[in-house]
Amino acid sequence: MALLNELAKKKEGLVSGHRLCPGCTHSVIMRQVFAVAETDKYDIVVAAATGCFEVSTGLYPYTSWNVPWIHTAFENAASTISGVEAMYRALKKKGKLNKEIRFIAVASDGGTYDIGLQALSGAIERGHQFLYICNDNNAYQNTGNQRSSATPFAGSTTTSPNGKVKFGKEQPRKDIVSIIEGHHLPYTAQASPSNWRDLMNKIKKALDINGPTYINVLEPCTTGWGFPPHMAIEIAQLAVDTCVWPLYEVIKGKVVINYKPKKKLPVTEYLKPQKRFAHLFKKGNEHLIEEFQKQVDAHWEWLLKREECGIEYGV
Amino acid sequence: MGKKVALTGNEAAAHAIRQINPDVIAAFPITPSTPIPQAVAQFIADGEMDTELVTVESEHSAMSACIGAAAAGGRVMTATSANGYALMWEMLYIASGMRLPIVMAVVARALSAPLNIHGDHSDIMGGRDTGWIQIISENSQEAYDNLIQAVKIAENKDVMTPALVAQDGFNTSHTIEIWELEDDNKVKEFIGEYTPLFPLLNTDDPVTHGAWAPPNWYFEHKINQLKGLLDSKEVVEKVGKEFGDTFGRYYGLYEDYKLDDAEYVIVAAGSVCGTTKDVVDNLRENGIKAGLLKIRLFRPFPYRELAEALQSAKAIAVLDRVSPAGAQGGPLFTEIRSALYDTQTRAPVINYTYGLGGRDTQPRHINSVFETLKKIVETGKVEKQFDCLNLRGEWR
Ligand SMILES: Cc1ncc(C[n+]2csc(CCOP(=O)(O)OP(=O)(O)O)c2C)c(N)n1
Ligand code: SF4
Ligand SMILES: [Mg+2]
Repeated sequence: MALLNELAKKKEGLVSGHRLCPGCTHSVIMRQVFAVAETDKYDIVVAAATGCFEVSTGLYPYTSWNVPWIHTAFENAASTISGVEAMYRALKKKGKLNKEIRFIAVASDGGTYDIGLQALSGAIERGHQFLYICNDNNAYQNTGNQRSSATPFAGSTTTSPNGKVKFGKEQPRKDIVSIIEGHHLPYTAQASPSNWRDLMNKIKKALDINGPTYINVLEPCTTGWGFPPHMAIEIAQLAVDTCVWPLYEVIKGKVVINYKPKKKLPVTEYLKPQKRFAHLFKKGNEHLIEEFQKQVDAHWEWLLKREECGIEYGV
Repeated sequence: MGKKVALTGNEAAAHAIRQINPDVIAAFPITPSTPIPQAVAQFIADGEMDTELVTVESEHSAMSACIGAAAAGGRVMTATSANGYALMWEMLYIASGMRLPIVMAVVARALSAPLNIHGDHSDIMGGRDTGWIQIISENSQEAYDNLIQAVKIAENKDVMTPALVAQDGFNTSHTIEIWELEDDNKVKEFIGEYTPLFPLLNTDDPVTHGAWAPPNWYFEHKINQLKGLLDSKEVVEKVGKEFGDTFGRYYGLYEDYKLDDAEYVIVAAGSVCGTTKDVVDNLRENGIKAGLLKIRLFRPFPYRELAEALQSAKAIAVLDRVSPAGAQGGPLFTEIRSALYDTQTRAPVINYTYGLGGRDTQPRHINSVFETLKKIVETGKVEKQFDCLNLRGEWR
C-alpha cells in the first residue's frame, strides 16, 4: 500500500461539505475506500440506498459526490447497481463504451440485513460485478435510531427501548456475513474503520475481483449510540478488541481472522461509553452483561474453530 | 406492408421487443405476461437479439434494475402484470420522477385477493397516477405497434417519461390473431438511435442521479415532470402519424368508431372494444345510431379531445374493467364525466363495471348496454348510474 502522505493526495470521490453528523464514520469509511481504489486503472460508480449517508450527501441542488452516483430507494441498492452494471456490460459488448469501471453499492444495516436482503441476495446470486459495502450502525439511524436485525442484544433503540419492564432489544444480532457467505461468492469480509489498513486491504481485494463481493463495516454512530463525536474510532477499536466486531474474511468458505487481540477485552469496555447500553450497568441488570458476553464469546469461538479447521470448498 | 402472422398478443409484444433490441431488460415472470420474458430469453439464446437480460428475483428489483440501467445510459424495457406491477409500485414513481424513458409491456390482469390470473384493468388503473404514459391496446396488432411507438414517445427530449403499453390478459395475450409483423430493419430505422442526456456511466462528467429534494425544490421537480408527461400528448399524435406514414397503420389519441353521428355511445378501452365494434355494426345495420369511443392514450388523459368527440351523443355508457372502489364510478367514468362538464352536452353518462377477473363480456352484454342507453333517451330517466355486466344477481 502507498505511503500515508501519498494516499492523502489522492482524488477524493466524496468531498467535504456533506451534512453527516460531526464525528459520523460513514464519510471516514468512504474516504478509505477512495484512498485505496486504484482510480488510475478503473473509474468508480456508486449506488446508495436511502439512509443517513444518502440524505447527507445527495441533497438537491448539491452533491458531495465527485464520481457518478445514483440513489433510487431504500431496499434496492443491489438491484439498482445490477441494472447499472448490466448496462455497462451491454454498452461494452456493443463497443459503445470502453472504460474500466468498478461498481460499489453502499447501504447501512437497514438497507442490507432487513429490507434490502432480498435484492442483495438476488444480485449476488446473479453474479454482477459489484462491491457491496454495508456500513453497519446497528439501527435505522436516518429515521431516528429504530432497532434493526443488526441491533445488538439489549441495545436500547427507539423501537426497542429500555423501560420499566423491558431492557432493550431482546434478540441477538443477525449474522449477516454467514448469510452472505452462503451465496458462495468470491469474497466476503468484515472490517472496521479503526483498523484502516485492514479495511483498505479488503476494499482493494474486493475491487480486484470480477464478481460480487461483500464487506460488512462497523459504522459507529455518535448520535444513535450516544457517545461524544470525537470517540467514534475509539469505539470501533473497542468493538474490535472485545471481539464484538471480529475482523475476518471468508474466501471460498474458508475463514481467515485478520486480527486477534493480544488481550481480549471484556465487553463492558465497549458497552460502557455508549448511552444505548447505559441501562445494563444498573443494579440488577448484571445478567444482561453476562448474556452479552456469552453471545460475543460464542461467536468468536465459533470463528476461531472455523479458521482452525480451514476447510475450503471447491478444492 | 408487413408480413401477416398468426400469433398471440404476448408474441406480438415479444417480437416488438426483439426488433427494438433494447440494451437491457430486467424482468420477473408473472401470468399472463410470462411468455414475453420467456420469448425474449429464447431470442437471446438463439442470437436473434443481444440484449442483456437481468433475471431479477422480484418485480421490485426488476423496476429498480431498469431504473439503474436507464440512468446508466441506454434503452431499457420490461414486462409485467398485476401483482408484479403492484410490487413495482414504489419504483414506478421513481422511474418517472427520475425522467427515465423505460418502456414496459403490461399484460393487464386482476389484482388479488382473491387470487385471479385473468384479465382486467385493476393493475394499470391503480397505477394511473404513477406519472407514466399509459397506452392501452385493443388487440395484438396494437400491442405490437404501440410498443414500437412507445419507445419513440418516451425518449423524445420534451417527454423523457416512461411509458407502458397495456394489452388485456388472456383476451389478447393468449389469443392467436392475425396481424402484421414489420421488417426488422424498418422498425430499427423507425425508432432510431437513442442518445441518453446524462448517462451515469460517463465517468468523465460525473452526475448525481436521484438526489432528494426538500420542500424548497420538490414541487418544481414534480411540476417539471408533469410538463414532460403532458407534452407527450402531442408527441403521441406525431409518432402515431409517422407510424402510419411508415407502416400504413395510423394512430391518434383515441379511436372513434362510427362516432360522427352516434347517439348511443360506449366509451371503453382494451379488448372489449373489438366486441363492441361488432355490436355497433349490427345496430347500425338496423338503423340504430350506435358508436364507440375507444381510449388509446389514457395517461396523459386527452380530456378535451375525448369530450369533443362525444358531443353528438344523446346518452353515454363508460365501461370500466376495474371496481370503482368507493369512488363515484370507475376511473374512466369519473374522468370522462368530468371532461364533459366543460362542454355543451348534458347527455346522461352511466357507468358499468365489467370483466373483472376475466369474466366474459359477450355481444349480448354490450347489446344490453346500448338498450339501456336507448331507454334513457326515450324516457329521459336514468335508473342506475352504476351497474355491472354479467354479474350474478343484482350488484346491490
Ligand atoms: C420502503 C421504505 N420504507 C421505509 C423508509 C423509511 N426509511 C428511510 S431510511 C430508513 C432507515 C435507514 O436505516 P439504515 O439502512 O440502517 O441506514 P442508516 O440511516 O442507519 O445509515 C428508513 C426506515 C423508506 N425510505 N422506504
Ligand atoms: S445519525 Fe449516526 S449514522 Fe447518521 S449521520 Fe449521524 S452519526 Fe452518522
Ligand atoms: Mg443503519
